[in-house]
Amino acid sequence: MSDFIPAPIAQLPWKTIFLLFVLASFGFIVLYSAAGGSLTPWAGLHMVRFTLFAGMAIVLSRFRESFWKAMAFPIYIVVVLMLVGVELIGAVGGGSQRWLNLGFIRLQPSELMKVAIILAVARFYDLLPPAQIRTWGAIWPLFALLALPCALILMQPDLGTTITVVTGALTIAFLAGLPLRLFIGGAAAVAVLAPLAYFFALEDYQQRRVTTFLNPENDPLGSGYHISQSKIAIGSGGLFGKGFLNGTQSHLDYLPEGHTDFVFATMAEEWGLMGGIVVLFCFFLLFRWGLGVAMKAKTRFSQLTAAGMTVTIFFYVAINLMMVMGLAPVVGIPLPFMSHGGSSMMTIMICVGILMSIERNPGKSGNAFG
Amino acid sequence: MKPPKTISSAMQELTFTRRATVIGGLQIGVGVLLASRMAYISVAENERYKLLSESNRVNLTLVPPRRGWLIDRSGKPIANNKTDFRIDIIPDRLRDKEKTVATLANLLSLDPEELERINRELEQAGSFQPVQVATGLDSEQYAAVSVRLPDLPGVSPRQGFSRNYPSGPAIGHLVGYVGIASAEDYKENPDPILITPGYKIGKDGLEKMFEDHLQGKPGAKRVEVTARGKIVRELNTRPDVPGKPLQLTLDIDLQEYAARRLGPESGSVVVIDCLTGDILTMTSMPSFDPNSFSDGIGVTEYGMLRDDDHVPLLDKSLKSLFPPGSTVKPMVGLSFLEAGLDPDETVNCNGGLQVGNRRFRCWKRSGHGRVDMAKGIYQSCDVYFYYFAQKIGINPIALMANRLGLGQKYPLPVASQFYGTVPDPAWLRKKHKREWQAYDTVNTTIGQGYMLVNPTQLAVMASRIATGKNIVPRLIMDEKKPAIPTLNLDPEHLLYVQKAMSDVVNGPGTAGRARLPLDDVKMAGKTGTAQVVNLDFGRGGRDVAWKYRDHGLFVCFAPYDNPRYAAAVVIEHGGGSGAAYPVARDVLTFLYDRQKAMDVLTGMEKSWGGTIQERMDRKMEAYRARKALEKAMADNPAAAASTDAAASDSETGSGSGE
Repeated sequence: MSDFIPAPIAQLPWKTIFLLFVLASFGFIVLYSAAGGSLTPWAGLHMVRFTLFAGMAIVLSRFRESFWKAMAFPIYIVVVLMLVGVELIGAVGGGSQRWLNLGFIRLQPSELMKVAIILAVARFYDLLPPAQIRTWGAIWPLFALLALPCALILMQPDLGTTITVVTGALTIAFLAGLPLRLFIGGAAAVAVLAPLAYFFALEDYQQRRVTTFLNPENDPLGSGYHISQSKIAIGSGGLFGKGFLNGTQSHLDYLPEGHTDFVFATMAEEWGLMGGIVVLFCFFLLFRWGLGVAMKAKTRFSQLTAAGMTVTIFFYVAINLMMVMGLAPVVGIPLPFMSHGGSSMMTIMICVGILMSIERNPGKSGNAFG
Repeated sequence: MKPPKTISSAMQELTFTRRATVIGGLQIGVGVLLASRMAYISVAENERYKLLSESNRVNLTLVPPRRGWLIDRSGKPIANNKTDFRIDIIPDRLRDKEKTVATLANLLSLDPEELERINRELEQAGSFQPVQVATGLDSEQYAAVSVRLPDLPGVSPRQGFSRNYPSGPAIGHLVGYVGIASAEDYKENPDPILITPGYKIGKDGLEKMFEDHLQGKPGAKRVEVTARGKIVRELNTRPDVPGKPLQLTLDIDLQEYAARRLGPESGSVVVIDCLTGDILTMTSMPSFDPNSFSDGIGVTEYGMLRDDDHVPLLDKSLKSLFPPGSTVKPMVGLSFLEAGLDPDETVNCNGGLQVGNRRFRCWKRSGHGRVDMAKGIYQSCDVYFYYFAQKIGINPIALMANRLGLGQKYPLPVASQFYGTVPDPAWLRKKHKREWQAYDTVNTTIGQGYMLVNPTQLAVMASRIATGKNIVPRLIMDEKKPAIPTLNLDPEHLLYVQKAMSDVVNGPGTAGRARLPLDDVKMAGKTGTAQVVNLDFGRGGRDVAWKYRDHGLFVCFAPYDNPRYAAAVVIEHGGGSGAAYPVARDVLTFLYDRQKAMDVLTGMEKSWGGTIQERMDRKMEAYRARKALEKAMADNPAAAASTDAAASDSETGSGSGE
């Protein structure tokens, strides 16, 4: 390293930061266009948030693995309490509420739960003696950890977040070495139970989203509208798109939520397949880095945590893109780094920060600045 | 805390690596799936989605074409188009029906009846069919709705043209009216223009018969719109091609005059140009206002028309059949002459004639004394015809009736015409399964019994007697004058009958008061009084209930010595021919001296209670009041007694002039 760059700065994971910056900047460009060529109301704020949360991620990356280990359960408990708090405020205020207003940000505890559950489950399998991994004792605590948060988030009701939380937890269980047959059997059980859940557990609007996803043309003006218009936006973009600021689907308001959940469709309309490939490639690099961090981690906790964080971000991306392309029902999951929205960006940046922290401290080394 | 590096811990490491690789693989799989899905949508299906995106972005608005005008023989408009601000609702774009309708009602101050119509039509209309909210708005009301459009999805304000009939009711039956295409029309021909707000098609009368001619080609406007329907900019416009005008043979001034002259009566006036067969007027009153129908008629107005015993919805000039009464006598006379009867041969009329076991009366109970053919016609002696008809037989009479146009269907551009009956033995056998009797001949010869004609046929008969030519009535102006073949009647016979008809008016005949108030034009004619029911208490004059009164008829032509115009007037239940020939006199006077005729009419209209429109409006008010009262009585029978008196007051106050 050259002398005039201070070591702490030179040691920052610049490649990763640059990658995130590319994604967020692309998001900025798309949001700028979605607003009809204006920094307000989305693009400017998007960059400000990105900068703030990237700073936060860099701060988080300074913490050692031992800190996350020690904090795993306390964080989990605090977030569960926050979820209860949201429920109580909702019950008192009348009507459901998903967020706590902290003044500068509307904090969604369910978003934080995505991170907290990974830390808690990773910590649990870290504590579990290897010999017990194929016993009942490796399974019930997992469900115990999931039960309360899932119940609380479902009450909001927020199916998308619940699924993300469960997926994160199950991924760690899978990586921790739970018997494979459990997952195969579980998948089979889901296949059987999904129809039952559809009829008995889902809210009306959620049911409609599922049926609509299966046949969007049936309801072109109702909830199928989102998917149809999103496909029109992507499809009409073609190979190279209609050009910056030339998207009609987004500018004429045909595409709903073009700045949040359907930001990818807004992008694809103006930048075409090429833009989509760039975004997918950036995410590919991100996940390769994340799994690489997990593979290189030396402790069990850091391995599981890093993989869990990566899968959580991946889950956002995969579900969101499948949704906008008509491969999944409309669930309110935004596209990381591109969708406008504070809570989800915060969650993802926490994940990134913890991943960076694990990258810095792959374990065993006692030196915080090692 | 960390477990020692045991074998199982190492195995866990291995498991982790293996499974993490699986997850990495799955992620790559999902990535490839997403990339190929996106490639499929944006490359393989690009064309389709491009189209969909364009059809989102660009809104093609059809511009209804202006309908071709209907003009009269001198080019005056009978039906034209007036610019119009209008508001429609497209049902399937509505979000909140009640709220939208309520907002519009408030903005446009719609009355409850209009609201009822709109709600009813919204219920009935297919989701794509526009429902008219209001037309003829002023620019302020139009602007008031236009600025609120973002909050009123499904509401479509337009600036366009609406059909206008300057003569209103006078022309209703003939031109028909236009209206919004029905769901069936659209099913038959799913052309988007049919469901474009403001587009009307001919629903009845000439408007319907000449739909293709009058329709024109729609224009189109391409505009870029947002999802909420806000217009961003106009892309391009193709102007509409107006429909072609259609010239009728009518003289619209005469038509209007005739309609007004009929006054409160129910009846018809038909005037034919003897040189061409052009129908100069074909009036049927009372009538409906085609302007109301074309704007979407209200329940009350329609109910009033439907409930009226004078049947304003029926075109009496072609679709009402009447016994022609004595108006057939010149025709019967012609048939006698052709059968070889000497017109100077006489019969003694003592007020009746025994036929079989029944005595047939002459209308003049005291009798006419010696009657030859001329007197038989101008004095309308029934006995003369009873007597000689039995001698000549029915067949020559029926034949002559057919030759002169009775029982005939004319090539007129109308959906239907009732052509009545000229009875003969063959017809009677077929229709009533019995043999022809002497009394059938006797009935037919004075235009009673089975004989039925429509007013247009009577006018044609008059024109053929006037000219001896086979005049065929026509309604549509044609460049070339039709060549009219002769009927091959003996000119001397014609002259004899024409003279007798002149004597009806100008001589010692039955219609002296029909003489034209003109120095140089003489009219020839024939009166007729057709019995409606066999009244034991005498003839159906003005002293019996309206529906039992005799019909009054009159056929005529003028000038007598060089016929130019032939006419027929039928007053339904007019009480006798005295109701008919003054109308004919004034209508023919109008053809020669408009001012003189108008002066007469102005005085009459004062006594009838105003012009047609004023009388119709008053009738409507009275009808509405009665309906409201009926409804109130049904809702609250207790209050009925107290309001009864008020009801009869309002009815007498309506002053329909009858």
